[in-house]
Amino acid sequence: MNTNYQSNLFFSYMRRDLLIAFRRKSASLNPLIFFVMIVALMPLSLGSYESRLQQMAPGVIWIMALLSVLLSSESLFDEDYRDGSLEQMIITPNLLFMVVLGKITAHWLTKSLPIAIASPLMGLLLSISPESIFSLMIGLIIGTACFSLLGGVGAALTVATKDKSFLLALIIMPLYVPIIIFGSSMIYYRIDGMYWSYPLAALLSIFCMLTILSPLSISGIFRSSMVE
Amino acid sequence: MNWNWFHKFASPKWFYQISERILPGLCVVTFSLLFVGLIWGIGFAPADAKQGNSFRIIYLHVPSSFLALAGYFLMAIAGAIGLIWRIKLSFWVMKCAAPIGGILTLLALVTGGLWGKPTWGSFWVWDARATSMLILLFLYIGVYLLGRSFQNSDSGDKASAFLSIIGTVNIPIIYKSVDWWFTLHQPATINFTSAPSMHPDMFYPLLIMIIAFYFVYGLALTLSLRVEILSRERKTKWVRKLISQQ
Repeated sequence: MNTNYQSNLFFSYMRRDLLIAFRRKSASLNPLIFFVMIVALMPLSLGSYESRLQQMAPGVIWIMALLSVLLSSESLFDEDYRDGSLEQMIITPNLLFMVVLGKITAHWLTKSLPIAIASPLMGLLLSISPESIFSLMIGLIIGTACFSLLGGVGAALTVATKDKSFLLALIIMPLYVPIIIFGSSMIYYRIDGMYWSYPLAALLSIFCMLTILSPLSISGIFRSSMVE
Repeated sequence: MNWNWFHKFASPKWFYQISERILPGLCVVTFSLLFVGLIWGIGFAPADAKQGNSFRIIYLHVPSSFLALAGYFLMAIAGAIGLIWRIKLSFWVMKCAAPIGGILTLLALVTGGLWGKPTWGSFWVWDARATSMLILLFLYIGVYLLGRSFQNSDSGDKASAFLSIIGTVNIPIIYKSVDWWFTLHQPATINFTSAPSMHPDMFYPLLIMIIAFYFVYGLALTLSLRVEILSRERKTKWVRKLISQQ
């Protein structure tokens, strides 16, 4: 199989999932609306003191972005598994790596990236200073990609189980720890006036590692456990 | 190379029979080591110059933390062996190791909290080690629950084997990131990284307790593996014969 064919595979699966997402607009908008609503609820529980909000806001936004992606990653392979097309993807002699990567990219573009793009607005609502908003958005763009990649692993592991959503959250949350730490450090570094490229570099290296390891392990999981 | 021993070792029936023979000896060694270590550590080791008698919880805390980590790697290796060579006994070792490791992690956390209260004045400190142990506990719970949530228990085995291997790759990253996060926030009140050199009178009982905990782990794993073998092989001839004899 030549590289051209494999990149075609990647793009065709990405296009397929994007098309499905565009045809079902309400389902694709859900994570974004959830994110906006739950962040808007935070000042009501924390109190509207600007100094307190400023301190909590970056962490709150990161945790809420994590939750929104986590909720949507359950649906990554769920429908394909139920209507049998996942099985077809596994048994065809295609490179499963590219198929999985295409599906995850589509998931990131439709469900996770809107959250990162909406984050500057939410940051302003929670009175983060405009200068540090950029580091929040950059961090969330990379961070949500990591969330989607890892969420794919969780979705692959739990796709055939009974109580998916709870289990998915349970097994994936511990793996999110480094992403949360480096991601939220970026903006806290920026707020404290430190050089924030160090956590950015750490986050990027995690992202690069996940781009290779996550589709690899997902295809491994599918090949070994789905085909009986 | 002759691989017969390998396949023989992987047979559940063989393991069941051989473990029956070594169990009494294992029990005797385990309990005598535990007895000696606990009595020596709690009764005869000298009290710590700064912490008094409260330091004696080290004789539970350190061995259980040791085994909690070692048990995770054992679980992941067993899962990998099961996936690579398709050995069902290896999957069952992994499956039985998850709750034992989880309980040991919990024990390490609880004894750490009990030790921390008189020493640092709080049950919980968000430092690198305690936080990583907490995350390790979550990983254990995940592996345990994932393996049990499949209708087909063979696919449950494979899924939790994958999860434990992924967790092993992640443990160093998680530890490093939490460590970095901890140094960033700098509470700097405690310093547990430089362990004080121990007096031999305190150290020997600790060594005995660590060895004893390895034996406790082996005993618990063997016992639960035997139960697992009986329940998974309940339809085979040799288990039916065994049950009808009793």
